Amino acid sequence: MGRKLLLEHINVPGIETLEVYRKMGGYSAAEKAIKTMQPDDITEEVKKSGLRGRGGAGFPAGMKWSFIDKKSEKPRYLVCNADESEPGTFKDRYLMEKIPHSLIEGMLVSSFALGAKTSYIYIRGEYFYVLRILEKAIEEAYAAGLLGKNIFGTDYSLDVHVQIGAGAYICGEETALLESLEGKRGNPRMKPPFPAISGLYASPTVVNNVETIAAVPHIINITGDEYAKIGVGRSTGTKLISASGHINKPGTYEIELGLTVEEFIYSDEYCGGIKGGRKIKAMIAGGSSVPILPAHLITKTANGEDRLMTYESLSDGGFVSGTMLGSGGFVIMDETACIVRHTWTLARFYHHESCGQCSPCREGTGWMEKVLHRIEHGHGSMKDIDLLVDIAKKIEGNTICPLGDASAWPIASAIRHFREEFEYHILHPEKVKDPKHFAHEPFVSSKLENV
Amino acid sequence: MSKEIVFSAETLAVVNKLIKRYPEGRQKSALLPVLHVAQAEFDGWLSSDVMDYVASILEIKPIEVYEVASFYSMYNLKPVGKCLLEVCQTGPCMLNGADDLVAHFEKKLNIKVGETSEDGMFTLKTVECLGSCGTAPMLQCGADYHENLDETKADALIEKLRAENKRSRYC
Ligand SMILES: Cc1cc2nc3c(=O)[nH]c(=O)nc-3n(C[C@H](O)[C@H](O)[C@H](O)COP(=O)(O)O)c2cc1C
Ligand code: SF4
Ligand code: FES
Repeated sequence: MGRKLLLEHINVPGIETLEVYRKMGGYSAAEKAIKTMQPDDITEEVKKSGLRGRGGAGFPAGMKWSFIDKKSEKPRYLVCNADESEPGTFKDRYLMEKIPHSLIEGMLVSSFALGAKTSYIYIRGEYFYVLRILEKAIEEAYAAGLLGKNIFGTDYSLDVHVQIGAGAYICGEETALLESLEGKRGNPRMKPPFPAISGLYASPTVVNNVETIAAVPHIINITGDEYAKIGVGRSTGTKLISASGHINKPGTYEIELGLTVEEFIYSDEYCGGIKGGRKIKAMIAGGSSVPILPAHLITKTANGEDRLMTYESLSDGGFVSGTMLGSGGFVIMDETACIVRHTWTLARFYHHESCGQCSPCREGTGWMEKVLHRIEHGHGSMKDIDLLVDIAKKIEGNTICPLGDASAWPIASAIRHFREEFEYHILHPEKVKDPKHFAHEPFVSSKLENV
Repeated sequence: MSKEIVFSAETLAVVNKLIKRYPEGRQKSALLPVLHVAQAEFDGWLSSDVMDYVASILEIKPIEVYEVASFYSMYNLKPVGKCLLEVCQTGPCMLNGADDLVAHFEKKLNIKVGETSEDGMFTLKTVECLGSCGTAPMLQCGADYHENLDETKADALIEKLRAENKRSRYC
């Protein structure tokens, strides 16, 4: 059993209530922080912990906090990113639904550290029922004096509000999120200035993911040094992974960073192996935006080393033979899956979600969707494959926000690793007429037969 | 449209509470939540009259409301059936049978995606990942998630919604 922090008390009945949460030691970190520590000491602990942002990019949280403009006369804000819309990702929902106070306590400690007096949680519109759970938890916290004026009898006061979105993946991008929170369309802003200097209402702002913020009280409880001992190298602590696709036990798991991918997929403690005992075909490790990996690169790196669930090991081999930990949205495909069809659904997703500000992203995602639709439905030509690679290349790096890259990577990597399967769709249109074409007769790559 | 477009006193109190969450002069920040409230109050969609009304409440220009309402996928700019069935079709759901589920609803309700059943009861819509990939395939109807669906469960859901005969709402 790996060490559990975020989900340690997940099975305690009533843990969603303030009473039980406190009985299990909840809000003791907040009390310790606010009564006995200076804000900068908290940032220091977070730095020592090595905690990296859990929203996708993995930026060190303590470092991000230290960039906040303290000279500005404007109020400072902490904004929690609960937009969670990256396909394959459902960990934040699980945490907020089951242990809402862990996020509220994290907001309290983090806001105190940043000197924020008002903080917002921006949650995706579809999670209305989670909004209700959070609002109830916040109400309980106000009633108990854990939010509002003079918290723990000190002169620190904090208001926390939850803002609901309305259906737009792009609002997970931090500057689009801030625009949306200001009541506008979710169009990402040009950076710089970064939110730490000019964020919400042009004030200094830190945006962090739900899981990042919820990890902070644990760091205060056990100290940054202890937290840094969990994990491997620069991948410290524990991480929530939401696992889905063709596995026996889909769900959200807390792992110690450094677990092998093999154990995560095949042990009964986690995914419990591939459904129906079928063969594994592909893995997406960190949400739909990261490169897909073929069977032979999942549990081992290209050098034959064990692949670990860490930022470094998953990206070993760069984009040639590696991927990224991303948001922790882990999707497994077995031999019955069609990579072309799956890639097409992702292209459709990015096209639908492009905010439309930059031409390469707005137009390119549409073209990629169209070309993939054509190939998947047996109307493609060989030139289409290179066309896709070309479009992906021209989007990458040429847009305001990373959604452009995120739309290009899954497509480029699918072609890199599964080119033969794309060719098969073009050469055998009659074989792919049935939408479930590989369900009964899996596609076998000639290259992989010997692996 | 005979119904006059004004929030009830109760709803107005909710809206005023929403506005108070933001600093002075930043009442526009309440636009997204207030549009949800308006959509729930006025038959599940946002007519231009409703949007103009929201603009007047938040003291912003109508165009500021239109441009937001047209950006986000959860706002309906046209009337929809009483129950909006939003079936997720993205990667992980597709791997677990979302295509079959959509086809099943099309057949059962005798409509295509984007259409409303003749009795005005159901509108079928496909949506992108709802953060429920581990319990796929799934759909959202109002604030409720219906997960791990198969044809039997889907049929039971349709019967239940028909019997309740209520307008689904997010809030
Ligand atoms: C298109 C796009 C979507 C994103 N969606 C999310 C999201 O749903 N949740 C999230 O926490 N971060 C998301 N991010 C990352 C945020 O921009 C930001 O890096 C993150 O919230 C910072 O928090 P962290 O440092 O704690 O990870 C997204 C980024 C992009 C480009
Ligand atoms: S890359 Fe796409 S989503 Fe991002 S700002 Fe440009 S058009 Fe919008
Ligand atoms: S893909 Fe359907 S809920 Fe995520």
